[in-house]
Amino acid sequence: MGRKIVNKILRVDMTNLSTKIESVPKEWSGLGGRALTSTFVAAEVVPTCHPLGEGNKLIFAPGLLSGTAAANTGRFSAGAKSPLTGGIKESNAGGTAAQQFARLGIKALIIEGLPKGDTWYSLHVNKDGVSIAEETELIGKGNYAVVETLEQRLGKKVGILSIGPAGEMRMLAANISVKDKDSRLRSHGRGGLGAVMGSKKIKYISIDDSDAPGVSLADPERFKTAARALAKAIINHPATGEGIPTFGTSVMVNIINAAGSMPTRNFTHGQFEGHNDIAGETMREVILARGGSPKHGCQAGCIMQCSQVYNDKDGNYVTAGFEYETIELLGANACIGNLDDIAVADYIMDDIGVDSIETAVTFGVAMEAGVLPFGDGKEVLRMLKEEIGMGTPLGRILGSGAGNCGKTYGVTRVPVVKNQAIPAYDPRAIKGIGITYVTSPMGADHTAGYAISHNLMGSGGRIIDPLKKDEQVELSRHLQIGTVIVDSAGLCLFVGSPMADDPTFVPSLMELINARFGLALTPDWIGELGMNVLKTERAFNIAAGLSSKDDRLPEFFKEPLLPHNAVWDFTGEEIDEFWDF
Amino acid sequence: MRITVKLFATFRDGLFKEAQRDVPEGGTLGQVIAELGIAEKDVGMVLVNGRHAPMGLVLSDGLVLDIFPLLAGG
Repeated sequence: MGRKIVNKILRVDMTNLSTKIESVPKEWSGLGGRALTSTFVAAEVVPTCHPLGEGNKLIFAPGLLSGTAAANTGRFSAGAKSPLTGGIKESNAGGTAAQQFARLGIKALIIEGLPKGDTWYSLHVNKDGVSIAEETELIGKGNYAVVETLEQRLGKKVGILSIGPAGEMRMLAANISVKDKDSRLRSHGRGGLGAVMGSKKIKYISIDDSDAPGVSLADPERFKTAARALAKAIINHPATGEGIPTFGTSVMVNIINAAGSMPTRNFTHGQFEGHNDIAGETMREVILARGGSPKHGCQAGCIMQCSQVYNDKDGNYVTAGFEYETIELLGANACIGNLDDIAVADYIMDDIGVDSIETAVTFGVAMEAGVLPFGDGKEVLRMLKEEIGMGTPLGRILGSGAGNCGKTYGVTRVPVVKNQAIPAYDPRAIKGIGITYVTSPMGADHTAGYAISHNLMGSGGRIIDPLKKDEQVELSRHLQIGTVIVDSAGLCLFVGSPMADDPTFVPSLMELINARFGLALTPDWIGELGMNVLKTERAFNIAAGLSSKDDRLPEFFKEPLLPHNAVWDFTGEEIDEFWDF
Repeated sequence: MRITVKLFATFRDGLFKEAQRDVPEGGTLGQVIAELGIAEKDVGMVLVNGRHAPMGLVLSDGLVLDIFPLLAGG
């Protein structure tokens, strides 16, 4: 066996501005990432508490395999009660923080309580624990300015978690940014966790992993062999080895458009005329012509490189981490149809600190309400900067998400589940993802059980017809259970393709966890963990006041969607069967 | 008879984005894909007029084929 495993939990109480270091409770030792954050939230947060009040707690946890040399294992989980959904939330992001936490031996950072008064604070995490300091200079500043200033203060290698003005104003679409390896931003995007951090008056958390003890492995040789096998499965799969690195995630534009599931004009059409202009194939050509990079990893050890560096016509940097969801929802659903405007919007959303899915869907709703015309990209950019970024009354409406914007303007076509905006797949024409949207304890979230590959590409062995109801509940259940281990190991979600298609993947993953911790778990453990975590999350939601009635799509999804005239026709009973396990 | 073939992602390399193809009577989807030099195992999704179709499908005049390699993302 290897060296002693160092592990600790950092706890910050913002009510009395104190910090402490705790040992890891025995029952949490086998947990990481989402499994840990959701177990913690369920155990320590009163489900009925106000999410922006004293009772809510914010937790950050690296995955079980984060900080090791295994590829694509550096994802970070943030958890709390969501102010957007009113239920439990785990939001998962890339960047460098998870690897730094893991190398420092930090199993989780917990932030509880609320400070009195108007003073803003920062936290600093290093080998000695966590400390609190007052912050003035960066209050009101965007996330990019936070990164730039902190790198001047603390050095280029500093890790950063921060909120923008939207988080400071406790807007429900506010996200938490994570610095990536090239000083750009990834996001804990969904569910308004930036507002929770803002409620605790923490502008940023800086991370110094100098003299970190590093991650110890119970069996380094076994680990190395398994890591090699896992990397091979990722590289060998055409989706992760070729498609994503070549075209980025917006390669999905043409696929989803062809399948007639492309949210267009606030979810009124299933195909967008200008799809070629915003497709991954086009984006690659534009990026190469302007001296950007079609490949970019958000952290060391990434072998998929889904991100990119997108430059403007003059070759100046505009944005990175330019994803399908953002591109589709602004490009087609808000009809902007122009990659350059969408790229600037992506940058501003990262900078002011709002979720690019929630915010993009909100613009579709606002356009239907007549707040601005469909397709007016320049007005979107102005509103992001001057309304949301400045916290005007209109900005606060837009920054509070699609559900609240729809209510404010009396719109009935409001694509949300549990008040969280529906991502860039219309559930009428890809029904498996619709089951994930309605049943996930997170609210509408495509990443909770990504049925797209199974419904369209035959991932897992055969195509489950996207337009039929058959087998979709079982499919989504299977995927949601399996996704828990992905979110808990610190794995990037894109391993879903090799995980479904390559029989070596799951045994290699099991071997990695066993070799890391000196355990002898079998693949059955993965299923048990997934079921337990989902049930824990669901129980929290029920105790918080959510019910089966919240596991439904909005009424307008009964309207037929062209080109297939697809309708959402699951009964409540059929949906509720999801929980029969 | 004539059909329209649209190719995506890496399938465009050395081929085309969109082209009209003449197909003999009784020609199947699988034959068109084979003639393009695309191995069946590399095909992730093929839609005929927007719907999934089996390789053995007998084609008819005016159909539109969308052919994608195995991809994921989002």
